Amino acid sequence: MSPLTIDGLWKGYAGTAVLQGLDLDVQPGSLTAVLGHSGCGKTTLLRVIAGFERAQRGTVSLGSHTLDDGRTYLAPERRSIGYVPQEGALFPHLSVRENVGFGLPRRERRGGSVEKLLEMVGIAPLAERLPHELSGGEQQRVALARALARRPQALLLDEPFSSLDASLRGHVREEVHALLREQGVTTVLVTHDQEEALSLADVVAVLRDGRIVQRAAPAQLYGRPVDERLARFLGEVNLLDARFEDGLARTALGALQLRGAHAEDDAQAGEGERAGAVARTGVVMVRPEQLEVRAREEDGSGEGVAAGIRGRVEQCRYYGHDALLHIRPEGSDGVAVLLARVHGEQALPVGTPVSVAAHGPVAALE
Amino acid sequence: MSTFASTAPLASRWTRAWSGRRRWPLVSAIGAAIAAVLVLLPLVFLVVEAQQSGWGEVRHLLLRHSVAVLLWNTVRLALACTALCAVLGVAGAWCVERTMLPARHLWAVALVLPLGVPDFVVGFGWVSIDPALHGYLAAVMIMTLSLYPLVYLPVAASLARIDAGLEEAARSLGLGPWQTFWRVTLRQVRPAVLGGCLLVTLALLAEYGAFEIVQYRTFTVEIFTEFKLGFDAAAACSLSLVLVVLSIAALGGELALGGRGRGWRAGSGTRRSAPRVALGRWSAPVLAGLAAVAGLALGVPVGSLVYWMARGSSTTLPSASILGALAHTAEFSAAAAAIATALAVPVSALAIRHRNRVTVLIERLAYLPMALPGLVIALGLVAFSVRYAFALYQSSLELIVAYAILFLPLAVVGVRSAMAQAPAQLEEVGRSLGYRPTTVWRRVTLPLIAPGLGAAFALVFISAATELTATLLLHPTGVNTLATQFWAYTSELSYGAAAPYAALMVGISAVPAYLLSRRMSTLAQSERTR
Repeated sequence: MSPLTIDGLWKGYAGTAVLQGLDLDVQPGSLTAVLGHSGCGKTTLLRVIAGFERAQRGTVSLGSHTLDDGRTYLAPERRSIGYVPQEGALFPHLSVRENVGFGLPRRERRGGSVEKLLEMVGIAPLAERLPHELSGGEQQRVALARALARRPQALLLDEPFSSLDASLRGHVREEVHALLREQGVTTVLVTHDQEEALSLADVVAVLRDGRIVQRAAPAQLYGRPVDERLARFLGEVNLLDARFEDGLARTALGALQLRGAHAEDDAQAGEGERAGAVARTGVVMVRPEQLEVRAREEDGSGEGVAAGIRGRVEQCRYYGHDALLHIRPEGSDGVAVLLARVHGEQALPVGTPVSVAAHGPVAALE
Repeated sequence: MSTFASTAPLASRWTRAWSGRRRWPLVSAIGAAIAAVLVLLPLVFLVVEAQQSGWGEVRHLLLRHSVAVLLWNTVRLALACTALCAVLGVAGAWCVERTMLPARHLWAVALVLPLGVPDFVVGFGWVSIDPALHGYLAAVMIMTLSLYPLVYLPVAASLARIDAGLEEAARSLGLGPWQTFWRVTLRQVRPAVLGGCLLVTLALLAEYGAFEIVQYRTFTVEIFTEFKLGFDAAAACSLSLVLVVLSIAALGGELALGGRGRGWRAGSGTRRSAPRVALGRWSAPVLAGLAAVAGLALGVPVGSLVYWMARGSSTTLPSASILGALAHTAEFSAAAAAIATALAVPVSALAIRHRNRVTVLIERLAYLPMALPGLVIALGLVAFSVRYAFALYQSSLELIVAYAILFLPLAVVGVRSAMAQAPAQLEEVGRSLGYRPTTVWRRVTLPLIAPGLGAAFALVFISAATELTATLLLHPTGVNTLATQFWAYTSELSYGAAAPYAALMVGISAVPAYLLSRRMSTLAQSERTR
């Protein structure tokens, strides 16, 4: 298995630069999700890697081989990179078996390797069907088997699940994930669905304005996004003003632990500050599920949470498995409205007086 | 992961990689350029020939009194026929598609079949049983009966696809059934009606044979006579320029009326087909009307062919071999169909895959002959060959090229829709699976577009086999086709001898007309059951 390396890639159409000096490393055997809004250049990136488009500047290499450096260029059929387009793009005139065997030498097309692939993706009983007789999920699996048949060095998936029904999507996603794990093939998947990227990938790379703005493991990305825009793209956030002291962030919700490397940075900064005796201020991000909400009696009794602030439920969006509460804090602590995610059973009626506390480490945003 | 033994190591393949800019698909570019040149050639030499005698002469010629008469004849015929075809076509389509008409599948076929009878055969059918038929009214009747399917077909297709939701919404907003028909239903099929009317007008401008038979003088008839009998190529070419202007005016008229508008639909809900109207006591009159149209349009010409064939031939002309004429027709038509289809492939491939200003222009040019009468194209080719390539003049190659230019639009329509069924993405996948572009083209694209290529070939073949006007001008001396032999006999009033030739041509073109109508009804069927 070879790593896929993209270095300073530029690509544009008719005067608009789509990719602007993009860098990305994909570790051998890993699944990297490229996440971005539609139209951010995700598909262009895949097409350059596959060789359907050519780089204007920068290099794309697989292992020690340069695929494209803006001058020389390796034709797609010589790259050994599998490609699964958005809707599967099965050859409509060929049966499932012929589709899967398409890339194999003639004598192997009828042999056992095709059977094995069909079994592997669970479509052996459909081998003689034509693509239009398959469901969306089945088409996806055939497209995957077809791409894997030639044992590619790397595999590219372009929004592979977006055309499937919501009910089917989770299921197919799990199956494909298990299959790719088993095969251990270096995979790049592009998607605009942050849930899909977070749940599926080993590494998520966020593409924005033609560059990768952050590349990290899913949990790290969600917990410590590089900026507010990315934080909001990945899910709801509460932003709180904070003073950083002793590795803690002092906010309206109390003193909160700082997360990860930044805590160390801030600890060092704290030492510096101690010398200068000036506290640094900034903004921290608290995810809605980090807030703990308790109903309280009007008179103030029944308060279970020691720290935190008081407020009232202003809005309650109920989703079944959970609920999102909009809480208006009492008094003027400089906090507008807090978003809190609670269990479905804990959905509170509008107007309920509550107390809110935060737990877990929080991330400082630049 | 292990690699298959057959896949060479990446490094050795790297050495074979090509570099440089993305290669312009050279073969396609050459093919498309040839198509563009061929389409423009007759037009250019038409102008060159016309101004040989000097622009003053041209102006003098065009300002004659007789030109005003021709213009009046042509325009009043076009207006009346187009209006009648619109009424017949829309009414017929509505009865078949939107009412509980008894045996409507039969009617769907019967109303389209007249398309399979060449106009000059319809004229022959009528005049041979009633020689007194001539002039304006005869021309209007004959052309309406042969051309109304050009409106019927698109309107029927459009009505079959219409969404019931719109009409229901109109009714719920307080419109009565008639108001709904005028303001909603008809508005939805308007592009189809206008498109059909454009085809009718262009066919009328191009027609020669039928008008010659009923002795009605339009521009095309006059130009033909000037050239063939007066041997005045310059005058013929000058008059042709007026014909080109008239055709462009028809195109512009359709555009101005919004013929290119789409039958749009808001929302993305499931489309439901509209319910059919019970005819009730109107059943008998509607059936009688449809029977009259089908009887006059199809029954009379076919009946008279059968009559004359039964009467047997009696002719003063030297006897000719019908098999020989058939062989020549097949040879010329097949060659033209092969050329037109081959040229349509690069034109549509470039227009779809490499869309830019040049390729779109070439595609539009390929549609241009649709608006040009066959006579104009033939005259342009004659003008070119007489002055610059005399070896070509009245050679079979010139006739084949004329057919190929004339029916290139049909080939492009067929190939383009097939090409759209073979998206570039499939070729990309094919390449990512390890095949060179030529291999991918053979294994993916060609099998996908093959039915479209076949349809394009068949359409051009049939149209060429039943073409009369250009054939009369260009056929090699001494070599007769079905159309020219038919015409020779008809001119001598040897109807019995002419009938078998007409019957063969009807046979050739009835097949696609029948298939077209069948496809229409299965299309409507599948839309309904959806």
